[in-house]
Amino acid sequence: MLLQHIRDIKDPEHPYSLEELKVITEDAIEVDDKQSYVRVTFTPTVEHCSMATVIGLCLRVKLMRSLPPRYKVDIRVAPGSHASEAAGFSLSLSLSDLLNKQLNDKESVAAALENPNLVDMVDECLAPSLL
Amino acid sequence: MGESVPWIKYIELYVSSTATPSEQAASVDEVATLLKKGIFSLETLVKEMEMYLTTTDSIVRSRGNLLLAELLDKLASKPLSSSSIHSLVGFFTERLADWKALRGALVGCLALLRRTADVGNVTDSDAKAVADSYLQNLQVQSFGQHDRKVSLAKLSTLGMLIKSLSGCNRGFDGGFLKPCRLKDTNEVLLHVKFPSSLTKGDNLVYGICEAVDGEKDPECLFLVFHIVECLGQIYPDPSGPLANYAEDMFEILGSYFPIHFTHPNGEDDDTKREELSRALMVSNLFHGTMWSQPKLKLLKQSALPEDVYKENLDTYLYSDVFQLSFASTPLFEPFSIPLLLEKLSSSLPSTKVESFKYLSYCTLKYGPERMASHAEVLWSSVKYAIYMSPQCTPTKDSELFGGMGFKDSDVMMQAFVLLQEVIQQYGDFISLVLGDNDINAFLNSLNQYNEMDDIPSLAKQRLHVVGHILSICAKPSPALCNKVFNSCFPLLMESLGLSVEKSINGYLDEDCSPPAKFNLAAIYLCTELLAACRYVAVSLDSSTPALEFSQQTWSTMLNNSCKPLVKTFFSLLRSTEADQRASSGVYFGVKGLEILATFPESFLLASNSLYDNILSEFVRTVTSGSHETFLWTLTLKALTEIGLFANKHPESAKSVIFEKIVVEKFVSLIPSGESTMPSSLKLKAAFEIGGTRKEFMFKVVHALSAAIYTNFSAAYDEGNHESGKLMIQLLDTYTEKVLPWFLKIGGFEEIPLNFALGIWEKIEHTMYLNLSALEIAMGAGYKDLLSAIMTAMKKAVGSCSKESQEIIINKAFGVLSSSTSFGFESGSSLVKEEDVKQNLNPSDSSCKHEWLTSLFASVIIALRPQTSIPNGKMIIQLFIKSLLNGHVPSAHALGSLVNKLPLEINGMNCSENLTLNKALDMISPTFTGISHHDKVSQNNGSGVDFSSLRLNTLRMQSGINTAIGLAWIGKGLLMRGHEKVKDITMALLSLLMLDREGVDSKELQIIDVEDMHQLRTTAADAFHIIMSDSGECLNRAYHATIRPLYKQRFFSTIMPIFLSLLIKSDASLVSPTYTSRSMLYRAFAHVVSDTPLIAVLAESKKIVPILLECLSVLSKDVANKDIIYNVLLVISGILLEKNGQEAAVENAPIIINLLIDLTTFQHMMAIRETAIQCLVAMTELPYTRIYPLRTKVLQATSKALDDPKRIVRQEAVRCRQSWASIASRTLRF
Repeated sequence: MLLQHIRDIKDPEHPYSLEELKVITEDAIEVDDKQSYVRVTFTPTVEHCSMATVIGLCLRVKLMRSLPPRYKVDIRVAPGSHASEAAGFSLSLSLSDLLNKQLNDKESVAAALENPNLVDMVDECLAPSLL
Repeated sequence: MGESVPWIKYIELYVSSTATPSEQAASVDEVATLLKKGIFSLETLVKEMEMYLTTTDSIVRSRGNLLLAELLDKLASKPLSSSSIHSLVGFFTERLADWKALRGALVGCLALLRRTADVGNVTDSDAKAVADSYLQNLQVQSFGQHDRKVSLAKLSTLGMLIKSLSGCNRGFDGGFLKPCRLKDTNEVLLHVKFPSSLTKGDNLVYGICEAVDGEKDPECLFLVFHIVECLGQIYPDPSGPLANYAEDMFEILGSYFPIHFTHPNGEDDDTKREELSRALMVSNLFHGTMWSQPKLKLLKQSALPEDVYKENLDTYLYSDVFQLSFASTPLFEPFSIPLLLEKLSSSLPSTKVESFKYLSYCTLKYGPERMASHAEVLWSSVKYAIYMSPQCTPTKDSELFGGMGFKDSDVMMQAFVLLQEVIQQYGDFISLVLGDNDINAFLNSLNQYNEMDDIPSLAKQRLHVVGHILSICAKPSPALCNKVFNSCFPLLMESLGLSVEKSINGYLDEDCSPPAKFNLAAIYLCTELLAACRYVAVSLDSSTPALEFSQQTWSTMLNNSCKPLVKTFFSLLRSTEADQRASSGVYFGVKGLEILATFPESFLLASNSLYDNILSEFVRTVTSGSHETFLWTLTLKALTEIGLFANKHPESAKSVIFEKIVVEKFVSLIPSGESTMPSSLKLKAAFEIGGTRKEFMFKVVHALSAAIYTNFSAAYDEGNHESGKLMIQLLDTYTEKVLPWFLKIGGFEEIPLNFALGIWEKIEHTMYLNLSALEIAMGAGYKDLLSAIMTAMKKAVGSCSKESQEIIINKAFGVLSSSTSFGFESGSSLVKEEDVKQNLNPSDSSCKHEWLTSLFASVIIALRPQTSIPNGKMIIQLFIKSLLNGHVPSAHALGSLVNKLPLEINGMNCSENLTLNKALDMISPTFTGISHHDKVSQNNGSGVDFSSLRLNTLRMQSGINTAIGLAWIGKGLLMRGHEKVKDITMALLSLLMLDREGVDSKELQIIDVEDMHQLRTTAADAFHIIMSDSGECLNRAYHATIRPLYKQRFFSTIMPIFLSLLIKSDASLVSPTYTSRSMLYRAFAHVVSDTPLIAVLAESKKIVPILLECLSVLSKDVANKDIIYNVLLVISGILLEKNGQEAAVENAPIIINLLIDLTTFQHMMAIRETAIQCLVAMTELPYTRIYPLRTKVLQATSKALDDPKRIVRQEAVRCRQSWASIASRTLRF
């Protein structure tokens, strides 16, 4: 059910939806209605996709718009899918952590959404497709 | 010269190179008109023009020639003497050599050649001379002569040439020339060099070959195809000129296959296309051969979108013309068939389809001899397309066809068409099909499947294909049918466990029981084969009645194995009886029996005993059914089909047997209650069977009416509630099925007439209606029975003519007046209080009273306006009286009366008949008279003063009844456009605005607030009655007078009144007024939501604020939810229109606040959903106006995200999405 909301989000770099690109799948979504908790784990298309942040942001914004406020939304990059997470060196590790942290930090999300360029980008991804 | 001849100035204007084309055209017209009027003769003109025609200045000369030519073109219908034609032709023929003035010469030649015999035309020898000159001179001019106009003229001349050479005066030039003139793009190659040694025919063909080679322009192509087709007709001789060039010609043609026409995008494209299509059609009118109008119609009917249709139309036209040219002459056969066969291997389905199509057409045109040589290749390609790789998909309702319902792909359909065509043309082809190893192997393999579901999908498709092939092979003639039977039937019988050989010597052992499991695949093929047989038998039967079926092998074979076959089918029916799902066994069993039963009578097979058996079996199956199973519906349908077939010859033995076994059985079932069959099934079966023939339907109707009357008595005299229930069903069948059936065929007016009279008769004789017993016995069903009788009565009366209606109303009135409970004799003109009181207590007599009045009201409701009503005054009094007692049908009747009564009556007995004004005079005082002891409202007779209504406590209930009555009367008046509706409206409004101030202080204490409220609500809801469409009365079926746009009219009159009343009530916001204000809003909401949106939109500026206020007032009470929803729909309509949006902009904050409130409306999901949709629509408003509200909306809709209904949640997501993105800024929480 939750997939209905996010499956049509377009990839910032392609004209395809996240579902078509298999960035998100049904398995990657956990919903706990009683606890009002949602966790979405997404897999960027390529290992070092620079757009991972934007995709994560899109997912967060879309879910914010689609879910009642009682839900706590947790968005994660699939472990090992992001180059920074797979690589063994410390710098990348911190990057991946940073990404997960960024996406789930209210302050940084709010800060990101203050950035008009970023918001335009997100809105473009969320725009309902013509079909 | 100029002075003596005034028209010379036109000629000068024309030849002058400075004149504009429009001026030139005008001058041609001028001269032509003068010539037509006979002001001067053509000879004079030629003489005067001599200078321009022969001058050495080539430009002037060409213009002069052209002028003369165009004039001739204009004078096509003016008779000319043969000598002048001769000399003109001579002149232009000569001019053909003058390449600088060629255009004029060509146009002139054409104009002359196109003349018809009755106004003088060109002689054959002259035409030949033109052709000669043309062929001779063309080569000279063609060099360097690329002017596109000449190319046009040349092509047209080609057409002319063919015409003159062939002498066929078919006049296809009409179609021929038109596209020529249209053409303005490419040019035809003109490099034509004729080897001098060739004969003229060769010349021509060769010339055409050259001319058409490589043509690309669609319009010219069209001509090319046309020319080739004409050539084919002109030179059918296999040693003729075309034969020599057939290969070359076909090479040119073949390169265009398959045709697909795509349009370039362009501005003038549409007109061009239109003209083109028209030209194509014109030319094809001359054809008359195989297509155009019917086909085009077909294409138009296929609901394609406009542009697709246009595209298809053109491709279609081209393809057809191309097809004609392809098949124009058998001489093309050696080249075209291989090409087409080769194209079949294309990977494009459309190409395959086209190839099959062309092959079918060519087969038809080329004839069997030529096609024989291709037979094997043809079969293998057809087989490949349909059998080896079948492309058919099961239809959605495949289950209902025994799992064998398939939809063929286009390729397959065309391949089947080709197969059919080939077999029809060339019967020997069948040996190829029947001898095919693959198909035979498939037939032999059928034994491995017992159940339809076991068969794998490919095999199932093949089964379907083989069935279709067999059917196609057997259908064309008895001889082919013989062959198919010889090769397949024994095999099939064997797989069914029935041996043909054994049965030839004598029938199969009667007692041998059919096997428990059936080979359903074989049964399927069997039914297909039987159907084909039946087709042959029927066509033989209608063509040669004396034909002996017994001489046909197939007939003998079939007759011999017919009994066991029937047995097999029977056991299929019986074995799966308990099985209620759609099983293929049942389907094929029923279908097989149906086919066997519908063989023509002269066919031996349909021996009467067999036919008897089949019918009896079917009847048994239907009558033993307890609910509508697959088997039941199927069997009933089969019976209907058999009935329809048998009744083609009503005197035939089959029809007689059908009547005896089937019809009588079902008719006898209607009244009896014994059968296991539920009565709904009985009635359905009886109706379906009756529908096969008028006489049968009569029987059904008689049985039905008889049953209704019997049950009527049983229900009333004995209070039998079973009869009552049955009667409801009987009446429903009568009104919903039987009556419409008779109405559809028309001319059976006595049926509804007799029915209505019969009911009245019954009532008359059942004077003592034991209604209380019935009421106790039936409970809630009691009301249903009354309404069923009323509906039946209305429908019956409504479908009668004026005369019959008069009979009915007289009868009804007679019954009514003889009844004791109506005090007609006393002639009381005023409603007595005692009556009212007495009738308020329900008793037997009042019950009967209610029934009689209701039925009588039903008669009145359905009368035609022309029907005259006896004793109108009494009738009106009766209705008024019972209306005041709360009898709603009386209100309907009064409404219908005022709607239909004539304004004036011209005639002798005007005092007898009722006019509208008289009726209104009677009605109005009675309604104001409710308070007649109240001196204030006593009206002085001159006018009606509805607005002076006052109520006292006792009469609160009558007040409500009055409001209802006023509503219906008002509706009747409004629909006919009568001005009195205003009075009614005012009366209703005053009821609605009633408050305690108007009531005597003495009575103030006793007035129940609840009652008061109810009265007001009724008055407000009366506006809904006035504005909405009713199924019960005042509609087209009951002959209401309906003035167009009456709703809009009412809307525009009442709106100002509402506005002023609302303003007034705004002034004082004390509580009683406050409720009356809410009632005003309620009435307003009714009016607005029932008015067509377009009228509301026009007033949207004024309406929107009130509508919003209205919504906020109404939403305080949950009981108003339906009204709220309707108002919300109006608002959403307004928000979606540009006009309405402007009005909405001003009130945006209020609207949004209201909508936000409604998004949490707990009692109706549709309201929440629509409110959110409206919020989405609001985002279309100007940004500056709505931006401040954004946060509010987002906050409010976040609650809707948690809505219990999924639809609402989804709408909420959509809404938040659109509101969040209007600014492309952050979401704020």
